[in-house]
Amino acid sequence: MPYLIILFRRITQAVGLLFAVAILNFSLIHMAPGDIVSTLVGEMGGASPETIAQLRKSFGLDLSFPEQLWIYLKHVAQGDLGTSVYYNQPVISLILDRVPATGLLVMTALVLSLTVGTTLGVLSARYPRSWLAAAVNVLSLFGFAAPVFWSGLMLLLLFASVIPIMPAGGFYDIVNGGTGWRKALDIAHHLVLPATSLALIFLALYSRLSRASMLEVMGSDYVRTARAKGLRESTVLFKHALRNALIPVVTVAGMQFSAMLAGAVLVEAVFTWPGLGQLAFESILRRDNQLLLGILMLSAVLVTVGNLLTDLLYRMIDPRIQIDA
Amino acid sequence: MKPKALFLSAFVGAILIASSGGVMPAHAQTKTLVVGTASVLRHVNPALQAAPVNQVGAQIFASPLRFDKDWNPQPYLAQSWSFQDDGKSLLLRLVPDATFHDGRPITSEDVAFSIMAIKALHPFNTMLAPVERVDTPSPTLAIIRLKHEYPALLLALSPALCPILPKHIYGDGQDLRTHPRNVDRPIGSGPYRLTAFEPAQHVTLEKYPGFFIKDRPKIDKLVFRVIPDPVVQMLEMERGNVHMMVGIMTAAQVDQAAKVPKISVIEKGGDAIGPVGWLEFNLRRKPYDDVRVRRAIAYAIDKDFIVKNLHRGASQVATGPIANGSPFYSDRVEKYKLDLDKSNRLLDEAGLKRNPQGTRFVMNIDYQPGIPDNYMVIAHYLRSQLRKVGVDVSVRVSPDFPTWAKRVSNWEHETTVSGAFMWGDPSIGVHRTWVSSNIRQGVIFSNTQGYSNPTVDAMLAEATQQRDLTKRKAIYAGFQKILADDVPVAFTHVWSRRWAVNKDLTDLPLGIWGTVVPLDQIDFKR
Repeated sequence: MPYLIILFRRITQAVGLLFAVAILNFSLIHMAPGDIVSTLVGEMGGASPETIAQLRKSFGLDLSFPEQLWIYLKHVAQGDLGTSVYYNQPVISLILDRVPATGLLVMTALVLSLTVGTTLGVLSARYPRSWLAAAVNVLSLFGFAAPVFWSGLMLLLLFASVIPIMPAGGFYDIVNGGTGWRKALDIAHHLVLPATSLALIFLALYSRLSRASMLEVMGSDYVRTARAKGLRESTVLFKHALRNALIPVVTVAGMQFSAMLAGAVLVEAVFTWPGLGQLAFESILRRDNQLLLGILMLSAVLVTVGNLLTDLLYRMIDPRIQIDA
Repeated sequence: MKPKALFLSAFVGAILIASSGGVMPAHAQTKTLVVGTASVLRHVNPALQAAPVNQVGAQIFASPLRFDKDWNPQPYLAQSWSFQDDGKSLLLRLVPDATFHDGRPITSEDVAFSIMAIKALHPFNTMLAPVERVDTPSPTLAIIRLKHEYPALLLALSPALCPILPKHIYGDGQDLRTHPRNVDRPIGSGPYRLTAFEPAQHVTLEKYPGFFIKDRPKIDKLVFRVIPDPVVQMLEMERGNVHMMVGIMTAAQVDQAAKVPKISVIEKGGDAIGPVGWLEFNLRRKPYDDVRVRRAIAYAIDKDFIVKNLHRGASQVATGPIANGSPFYSDRVEKYKLDLDKSNRLLDEAGLKRNPQGTRFVMNIDYQPGIPDNYMVIAHYLRSQLRKVGVDVSVRVSPDFPTWAKRVSNWEHETTVSGAFMWGDPSIGVHRTWVSSNIRQGVIFSNTQGYSNPTVDAMLAEATQQRDLTKRKAIYAGFQKILADDVPVAFTHVWSRRWAVNKDLTDLPLGIWGTVVPLDQIDFKR
C-alpha cells in the first residue's frame, strides 16, 4: 500500500483516538472531589459564600457536566486548550514554557538509556561469561528494582551532599547562572542527575532486551554466513546482528515513551526541574483542570506520534516489514 | 572521530561539567540574598490574598504602617497617625516625598483606592468591613472613616495585609483580580522592584533606588527561590546557596539544621501569624453533640507527647483559639492535661459503655493534608491513643487539599485535625471560626464544626469595637474560657515560628510578622 495512504489512515485513526482520550480525561478529572475554587479559597485562608459562588460562575464550574464537556470539546477542536484558572494564563503558553525543560530531560534520558543500554547489552551478549555481563545483570536488577524517585533522592544525597559536585535541583543557577554558553553549561550541569535518574530504569530495560535479542540473532544463519564470508567481527556484530536485534528495542522504546514521561513527573518533583511533569503534578493537587487536561492532551499526542514514528522506523530498519500488516 | 576518542571526549566533558564549580562564580559583586520557599505564586498582589503572596508582596508594595516586636505600630508610608471622632476616624499623614517604582508620587488617592479595593476583594472580608470610606483632603492626608470603633484597624494596615497600590496603574478600569500587572511589571513603592517572575522557579527583585527610607534596603538583589522538597531546601541551606528559609519548618528540618554550623534556627518573631492546631468535632453528629464526650477526648490526648515527640519541639501546647504570642492570649482556662481515668469516667457518664471487645464507639478522623508531620501525625497518633479509652479511630486520608476541603466544608466529616492562623488581631483571623454567623456550608475555614453560642457571638462583636485594651483583653479571656469549657474542638498545638537562617546574616526580621515584612534592614555581616 502506498506510504501516503497508510500515513493518512494512521493519522485519521490517531485523531479519533485523541478525541476519545479527550472525553475520557475530562470525565475522569470531573469525578475527582473538590475543585480549583477550593484550592484558591484554601490558599487565601477563606472566602465568603458570595465570593465562592462568583468564582465558580466565572470559571464555568456552575454549568452541568455535559455543558462543560461540550464547551471543552468545542475549544479543543478549534485548537484552544483554554485558560489555567490558577495562573490566569493560556494553557498553551504555560505548556510551551515547560516543554523545553521536559523535552531536554526526556530526550537526554532516552538517548542515554538507549545508547548505553544497547551498548552494554551487545557487549554482554558478545562476552556472555565475562565480568561485564555479570555487571550488566546486576545493573539491570538494580535499575528494575529501584523506584525512580528513590534512586533520584540517593543520587541527590550522594552528589549534592556527601560529594557536593552537583547542584541540588533546579534548571539553572538563578543567581550566578550567566548567559549564552555559560548558561548552557550550567543547564547541562543541572541536567546530569535528573537525566541519570530517569535513564537508569530504562537503561536496565534496554540492556536486557538488546542482550536477549542479540543472543538470539547471533545464533541465526545469516550471522553464521557473514562470519563464514570472513567479515570482521565488528562488522558482523554491528552491521548484521545489531540491526536486526534493534527491532524489539525500538518497539519497546516507542511504547516506553509514555512511561518515560510518567517517570519524568517524579524526577522533576525530586529535582525541582521546572518541566511539564511538575506542572502536571501541581495542577492535579490544585484541580487546575484546564491545565491538567491540556498536559494530558499533549501527552496523548506525543505518545500517538511516538507510536506512529515507531511503525515507520520499523520499515526503515527492516524493509521486509509490511507497515500495513 | 573514532568511537574510542568520542567516548573519551564525552567522559572528560562530563567530568569537567560535573566538577565545574567554575560554571558559577562563588561570590557575585552585588549583595544577593536568596530566600527559599515552597510556595509557587500565582501573582504578587497582596490586595487579593494574604499567604503566600504577601511574603513577596511586602517587598514590592509599601503599606501605611509596620510593627515592632512589641506590637507597637511604627511609621512606614504614614509618618504619623491618630484616631479622632471618638475612634471612628483614623488620620494618616503620608511621607511627603515617597514615590512608586515608576517615579510617580504616592498620594492619599492611592491610599483610598487601595483600602477600598482590599475591602472589596480581600478574602478576609471582615478585616476592613467597618471602613465606610476614605477621605482625601490633601495629597498627603488620608482619613479612614469607620462605621464604628475598630481597634484592629492599625494591624490591618500592616505590610502583610495592606499594600498601597498605584491608582494610575491598578485603577484603570480592569478587574483587579485578573489585572495583568499583578504578574507582569507590578508597580509598588516597597524597597524592591520585580525583575523576573518565573512562578515554578523564582521571583527575583532588585533594590529600588528611590525607596523613601534613606539607605535602605541594604541588599541589592533579593531572590525567592522555589524549592518544594524539604530535603532539598535544607541541602541548599547547608551549601550556602540559600540564606534563609521561610514558611513552617518540619521537625526533620529542625533536626537537620541543628547539625549544620552555619545555620541558625530562629525561634523569635511572627507572633501575629499565630497558627493554632486542633481536633475539630462536627457538633451536628452524635456522639460529638455531647460536651462530655468532647471533654473526654480532650482529656485523652497527650498534648505534651504531640509537641515533644511527634513535632520534636517544633510546636508548643495550645490551650485555646488564640496563640500564646498574642497580647490577648489567656491561659486561665481548663487545659485538659492527660487524664485517662477522667476521660473514661466522662464517657461512661455519657452512656458510651464498652462492648465485649472494649470498644465504646468508632471515630472517623480526617486531617488537612499539607505538611506531613503537622496534622497527619496527630491523626495517626490518636488511633493508638484513643484506643486506651475505648474509642476505635479510623483515619480517612485526603490525597489533596480540595478533597479534604470538600468533605469538611460540606460537613461530611465526623472529626478533623486542622487549624487556623490568627493574622494579627483575633477579629481578623480568629472570630471567623467561632461566630455562628459564619456557619456556612461549602465554605472552608469557616465555622465548619457548627459551634453556636450566643454569649460568644456577643462577646466577639463587642471585642471588635472595644478600644480599651484592658477591657478587650478581659473579653477575650472570657471567650477563651468559654471555648475551653465547651470544647467545640480539642486544642492540640501552636506551630512554632521557627525559621532557618544563615549565620552570615544580621538585622533579622524579628517583629510580630516574622519574615512577612519588607526585608529592607537585613544585611550580610561581611
